[in-house]
Amino acid sequence: MLLIHCPYCDETLPELEFTYGGEAHIARPENPADKTDDEWRDFLFIRTNVKGPHFERWRHAHGCGRFFNAVRDTVSDRFLTTYKAGEPRPDLAVLLEDAAKKEPSK
Amino acid sequence: MTAFRVPGRGRVLHNRPVSFTFDGDTYQGLEGDTVASALIANGVHLMGRSFKYHRPRGPIAAGSEEPNALIGTRRGKGQFEPNTRATVQEIWNGLETSSQNKYPNLKFDIGAINDRLYMLFSAGFYYKTFMWPRSFWDKVYEPFIRAAAGLGVSPTEPDPDNYASRYLHTDILVVGAGPAGLAAARAAAESGLRVTLVDENAEPGGTILSEPQAKIDGKPAWDWLEAELDALTDLGVRIMTRTTAIGYYHQNMIGLCQKLTDHLEKPAASTPRERMWRVRAKQVILAQGALEKPLVFDGNDRPGVMLAGSAQTYLNRYGVRVGNNAVVVTSHDSAWYAAFDLASAGTKIGAIVDTRPTPNADLVKEAAARGITVFAGYTATGTSGRLRIKSVRINKVENGTVLAAQTLACDSLLVCGGWTPSLHLFSHTKGTLKWDDQSQTFLPDRITEDCQIAGAGRGLWGIEAALNDGAAMGTAAAKALGKTATVKTLSVADDRPGTGASHTELPTDLDAGKARAFVDYQNDVTAKDLRLAVREGMRSIEHVKRYTTNGMATDQGKMSNINGLNIAADALGKKQPEVGLTTFRPPYTPTTFGAFVGYHKGDHFEVTRKTPIDSWAEENGAVFEPVSLWRRAWYFPKDGEDMDAAVRRECRETRKSLGMFDASTLGKIEVVGPDAVEFMNRMYTNPWTKLAPGRTRYGLLLGDDGYIRDDGVIGRLTDDRFHITTTTGGAARVLNMMEDYLQTEWPDLKVWLTSTTEQWATIALNGPNARNLLAPFVEGLDISDEAFPHMSIAECTVAGFPARLFRVSFTGELGFEVNVPARHGRALWETLFAAGQKYDICPYGTETMHVLRAEKGFIIVGQDTDGTVTPYDAGAGWAVGKNKPDFVGMRALNRPDLTAEGRKQLVGLLTDDGTSKLEEGAQIVLDPNQPIPMKMVGHVTSSYHSDAAGRPIALALIEGGHGKTGETVYIPMPDRTIRATITGTVFYDPENARLKL
Repeated sequence: MLLIHCPYCDETLPELEFTYGGEAHIARPENPADKTDDEWRDFLFIRTNVKGPHFERWRHAHGCGRFFNAVRDTVSDRFLTTYKAGEPRPDLAVLLEDAAKKEPSK
Repeated sequence: MTAFRVPGRGRVLHNRPVSFTFDGDTYQGLEGDTVASALIANGVHLMGRSFKYHRPRGPIAAGSEEPNALIGTRRGKGQFEPNTRATVQEIWNGLETSSQNKYPNLKFDIGAINDRLYMLFSAGFYYKTFMWPRSFWDKVYEPFIRAAAGLGVSPTEPDPDNYASRYLHTDILVVGAGPAGLAAARAAAESGLRVTLVDENAEPGGTILSEPQAKIDGKPAWDWLEAELDALTDLGVRIMTRTTAIGYYHQNMIGLCQKLTDHLEKPAASTPRERMWRVRAKQVILAQGALEKPLVFDGNDRPGVMLAGSAQTYLNRYGVRVGNNAVVVTSHDSAWYAAFDLASAGTKIGAIVDTRPTPNADLVKEAAARGITVFAGYTATGTSGRLRIKSVRINKVENGTVLAAQTLACDSLLVCGGWTPSLHLFSHTKGTLKWDDQSQTFLPDRITEDCQIAGAGRGLWGIEAALNDGAAMGTAAAKALGKTATVKTLSVADDRPGTGASHTELPTDLDAGKARAFVDYQNDVTAKDLRLAVREGMRSIEHVKRYTTNGMATDQGKMSNINGLNIAADALGKKQPEVGLTTFRPPYTPTTFGAFVGYHKGDHFEVTRKTPIDSWAEENGAVFEPVSLWRRAWYFPKDGEDMDAAVRRECRETRKSLGMFDASTLGKIEVVGPDAVEFMNRMYTNPWTKLAPGRTRYGLLLGDDGYIRDDGVIGRLTDDRFHITTTTGGAARVLNMMEDYLQTEWPDLKVWLTSTTEQWATIALNGPNARNLLAPFVEGLDISDEAFPHMSIAECTVAGFPARLFRVSFTGELGFEVNVPARHGRALWETLFAAGQKYDICPYGTETMHVLRAEKGFIIVGQDTDGTVTPYDAGAGWAVGKNKPDFVGMRALNRPDLTAEGRKQLVGLLTDDGTSKLEEGAQIVLDPNQPIPMKMVGHVTSSYHSDAAGRPIALALIEGGHGKTGETVYIPMPDRTIRATITGTVFYDPENARLKL
């Protein structure tokens, strides 16, 4: 079971308290009517499906109820960071560097 | 005293006899015995039959890795477990055990004919044998496979035992209480950390229990062990035995399965049988030791053939000699010590056969001193004996040539092909392994969790090496947690470190194609099968595994993986690391469903939600149905009525006079705030700005893909407050969706959302007399048609209770829904029911609610829609606010595929004979005479008998249905094809005259 840090509660808590919310940083367009059919299709359905660090949304559903963003490695399931909704994408290079430092190794 | 018991030897209690049964015969053992050790003490090695060839088998191991000796264990009614390892199950007075996979009995088994037909059952035989003719599949092959499949017999009665579950947080978890684990726990505990030490065995000690000769720190090993365990206890270490670490999950969560009662004669009724622990540890130390490998040669599976280390364990831990006349075949030093120990205990060692030309000189000297014949540089090429080994055939190997054979008589054959570090849990973490050429095995490489591996798990042999490595790793773990600790080293005398050689199949002078040289014992996979798989094109070890089933037995490859890999690599002409290892997955050993289920069974399987009026329904004979987690009154049968009769009566009486319905499960969300109306405009398809306080409107909620997600009547109480109702099953989903948009897309809106589903009890009154009943109870509100027309909402008092009153109808009759605080729900229900007697008030359930709404063509989201239905498809285009700038789903409604011709649309269906009721879910075709497979154009979504319509009615989704009114469609059923005509969706009172009373 994953442990997830809620950036609002500032606590690291078991996965059971959270729900997954799909890819992050996909803003709903301000004026949907202005969007072409292809643009709206992309907004609805097209996702990056990355192997590796993935920007994604989580919700502390059984806690504070807030949505927040996270960077999780889809290969190792390891969370690189979590941050509040509305904050900019963190710099991936810095995150990966920090993670490499923390990694236990032999 | 049984024949093979050594007086005074072992950890068993010689003065505490225990009697148990095996296949109906009673045997004597001692307290501390396993079923396997007790049977071997009685001279019994034959304990089971193999899966495919039904070959007679005895235990090859003494621990949880055992593949052969699988038995059924029985305590009483419902308390039967198949596939228990006899080497793990401890005996108690009265334990009933039985062998498996045999008919009529273990010694004479008809299925053993497979063994004679082994040429037919080679690798992949399922794929080859059952290919053709095609017509044989249903009648011949599948029944055959089903009859042969499965190991053991499933219990048929409910399990009466209880299973528990706990969480544990610990600084350090040490897995394995052998020398490495003990030393690691000691080092970590001395640094002041909370330490938990677990071991799957009945007592801690690991190898030390099998090697009493060692002197640790100057003390006899078992004395040292006792003192050490006392010291650990004093340091507060939690020691858990009979506790298997079954899986290593993310972020140092380890699952433990603790067996609490399987070893007890009379467990307390309150004690759970097993307890699942979910442990979160800051540091984990894996000290799981190593598993001995068998050697692969013809006939290496007969009862009496056993791993040398296990024979040593039977002797030293259980005080049991595995035979009177043993031969040892080994490629590793460790088996020599087993031979010496057995010789000292009185077993004749016929010979030590070592595959290595020049074994360790000290060992050879010791053998000579004991008068044991040594054959160095030999191979084993066969065995004899049906139910027990009688002899082994060995040959000298010189310069790669196998020379003439000689036969050695024996009643047991101790084999050792070296040792494999047990890295299963480490592999669960996706830690990587690295092939070590020198030891010819995989060792841990990259570690991904906060974890240390100690002792034999990383290829260190001998008690001293394990103790000192354990201490080092315990110290390292303590330091990682910020504690200071220094490594204390211990010296061990009479230790038994050793080296060995690794082999594929042993060389033979006989036809290797006929050799029955087993790699996976339980699944009967031979070396020949593995080579055949490679010849037939399998290149990946994962394919070889699946084609041959090597490593897929209940021991999950503990006995077979490395031998299988060595042989496959050899056949492929590659080095082992290039071929790779199959993936280890949890659980480490077979784990009961009960342990996983824990408390979540029976009434605790899932929550049952009940409304405040549920108890009244129960007292008044309601039949219930589950609706999401709720249980709802389905119908209220009167004496002798079946469901059909009850529902017809409820419908009739409601339309005639008055019905009452518990609608408390309706989802309710309170939307409050200065921007509430803007929020509503954005979420729902409908326009809300002009909805005046005191009025309600049917709301339709879409996803941004344009498909219907939910619906419900929504009331505006004040400018800034809405009372939303949702479908019963959709309440939580709708609130989540609203929170998502509010928090992440429109955080600027000042709106608060609150789930009020369980705050209100909701009673729906429907029928021409609804107002007549209700009006006398209402204070502070005029509910006449003029003052309180259809689709109104107001706060008032009903029967003295504060209420929110809706005038709304889901039946087409004059209707009100009274919401009162949940705690008053039953009181109001009883008041209205009593007063309603003069109107012949009829309580009705969900089935009648469904019929009444279908007669009016009101949809149920999730029944008449399926997640691909737009408002236009559902005939609810009128609910879409076309002049709004935006709402969730608006843009998608213009996507080409949502406006395309031929979409499935909701229509009514009437069967042409006027009597046939269609089946919900039945498929619809346009031409019943077309060839099969027919083109299906839709399906029936709702179907009921309707007294109001005087015939059965149905709703259906049909391609282009809105343009097909009046056309005929066909519904093919198994026994006949039903004709029906497409109609509108309203079957009753299309003018809505009955609403306007």
